[in-house]
Amino acid sequence: MDKGLKKFSGSQLVVPLFALFLLIVFNLIRDVGFFSINIITNNDGNTVLSGNIISIINGASELAILAIGMTLVTSATKGQDISVGAAAAIAGSVFVSVLRGTQITLPIILGAFLACCIVAIIFGSFNGTLVAAFKIQPMIATLILFSAGRSIAYWINGGATPTVSSPLLVAIGGFIPGFPIPTPIIIMIMFVVLIWLVLKFTNLGLFTQVVGINEKSARLNGINTAWTKLLSFIILGVCVAISGVINVCRIGLINHETILIDIEMDAILAVAIGGNSLGGGKFNLTGSVIGAFIIQALTVTLYAMKVPSTAVKAYKAIVIIAIVIISSPIVKEYALQLRDKLLKKPTKIMEN
Amino acid sequence: MISNRGLFAGIPGKKHREPISNTALLLRITICTFICMYAFAMLVWGGGFLNPQQFLDIFNNNAFLIVICCGLTLVMITAGIDISGGGVTALVTMTCVVYLDDHGGSLIGSIALALGIGLAFGLIQGVLIAYLDIQPFIVTLAGMFFAKGMVTIVSAVPRTAAQETFVALKQIFIEIPGVGYYGKTGNFIHAKIEPGVIVALAIVLIIAVVLKWTRFGRNLYAIGGHTHSALMLGINVNRTKFYAYLLSGLFSGIGGYVYLLHTGAGDAANATQAEIQAIASAIIGGTLLTGGVGSIIGTLFGMMILKTITSIVVTSGLREPYWQSITTGLMLCFFILLQSVVLTIREKGGFKQALPEWMKLKGKISI
Repeated sequence: MDKGLKKFSGSQLVVPLFALFLLIVFNLIRDVGFFSINIITNNDGNTVLSGNIISIINGASELAILAIGMTLVTSATKGQDISVGAAAAIAGSVFVSVLRGTQITLPIILGAFLACCIVAIIFGSFNGTLVAAFKIQPMIATLILFSAGRSIAYWINGGATPTVSSPLLVAIGGFIPGFPIPTPIIIMIMFVVLIWLVLKFTNLGLFTQVVGINEKSARLNGINTAWTKLLSFIILGVCVAISGVINVCRIGLINHETILIDIEMDAILAVAIGGNSLGGGKFNLTGSVIGAFIIQALTVTLYAMKVPSTAVKAYKAIVIIAIVIISSPIVKEYALQLRDKLLKKPTKIMEN
Repeated sequence: MISNRGLFAGIPGKKHREPISNTALLLRITICTFICMYAFAMLVWGGGFLNPQQFLDIFNNNAFLIVICCGLTLVMITAGIDISGGGVTALVTMTCVVYLDDHGGSLIGSIALALGIGLAFGLIQGVLIAYLDIQPFIVTLAGMFFAKGMVTIVSAVPRTAAQETFVALKQIFIEIPGVGYYGKTGNFIHAKIEPGVIVALAIVLIIAVVLKWTRFGRNLYAIGGHTHSALMLGINVNRTKFYAYLLSGLFSGIGGYVYLLHTGAGDAANATQAEIQAIASAIIGGTLLTGGVGSIIGTLFGMMILKTITSIVVTSGLREPYWQSITTGLMLCFFILLQSVVLTIREKGGFKQALPEWMKLKGKISI
């Protein structure tokens, strides 16, 4: 029991879980019914689950998917991709421009999704090539797409913000008729399980971490480091396509200026809050997903406290700083020393 | 190589040439590109580009950006990054306007307030990054979020400063004697610059001197080049990093006041994307994010390249807004690839071999 406690308190998940716990307790004190889940009938006549906890998980779907891709990129390349928001705008624009003007059926949606996946993978490979082959810092390499991406999205749809509406798209962005859980949550869970299976049954996770920890020794051991880095960007491209499509379906239109704005910052934060080093190497996907939930829970809490949407950033910043201070190695070491002292003292008293 | 140097050191006529450093090489590439680009623009489009006022307007409109770039370059040389500049600029403009108009503040008070806000950001970010060893990106990202959120808490609507002394200061222009252009009626109009430009250029000069000739400046390069070696050499790494972030914060504060002097308005949308433009300027100017390489003059020219490209795009008829960001992206892509290729060839030691025969230096000592 004691050993288990020690192992847990040394793990990287302890700070994010503690932060999430604090947020939940804070919300329960503020409003006991905050996390109650109701069953209501929505506008389309479906019986669905509703409540803050559902809206937190639902709203965090895109962020969690992006955070997973970002974790892999961070681990392999020791840097972050700051162009995910812009790339998602491009992916969403491609999705809408394929759907526009045609009868929306399931095969066409799948085709549009495939097209936007391919486009996102091409842009991901562009970033990945700059990083892997030209050895450019990821943040600098992705700065190119960051500054040009939303303009490319604007150009794809000719400057318009077209809307698409179809019951099928509502089913992807909202609820499948007769099923009470929002579809984005299901997509997110499916994606997490898929990535978990891939990491469990292939060497992807191992290779990624090895490349991030020591690139030279990885190459000497016969790992194709450039391909590993490129692959992490390609996976992030798929994540970008999925979250772009979810967001388009959720809102029903594409606005190149506002779709998933500032999501890159949130995704990097989710990785960092989850206890992963932004300097690459070892990673923990669970941490990143929890990080995404923390960010969304924080946002929903602040909205519930009637904080104006423009001022949310300031409070978010304070919480982020608090979390990174707690999880910084120096503070952590001090805390571990304190824990050892506290754990030892009672035994000594008993001996006496 | 070292033995060669010793061998030939005493022989007259065999003067040893120091190989050009990465910083100097990238700086030369940037300056040459800027001169070529501006000369090309003058030849092709003439008109506005021949007008000295348009050249000076690059400085007038972007004095705040130059100041922010100075702080960012210092931080980037230590292999860090500071993306809070734009947010702090917006916060300073808004706070100063509210202070001047609603609280009957004085001019000196508002300057002190701007410097205070900048220093406070620099102090907190510096302590967190240097002494608690937290990643600079996360800390300054939080700084940016905090500043941008605070702007709307200070005042939800954009404001314009109306205090008399401030408005009087804002309207001061410095005319440059002998430089100017002929107006439509044929009268000679002197070219003007704003006081903010003088402040910005003074800071650039000071930082250039500091980086080149002071212990602090050389320590910054040492830390960026290799932190562990710097530590072994007895450099106080933490303190030097702390001062770099403190200065960066202070410059953001000054940049905010310079911005306020230029526009006279406080707005949450002020200086949006200034941090990205500053990072782009520094990269085009030859500062590497890996640290240890970079110069402030290069950053200044990087900023000028970025702004010249924008005005070339507008002049050449591509008025739609998205062309500007696409060309900025292409420009960045070009410079990043250029730097990467140049540095990779140099690292392999094949730079001399890669040059064509006529460019090789004659009589140079070979290994």
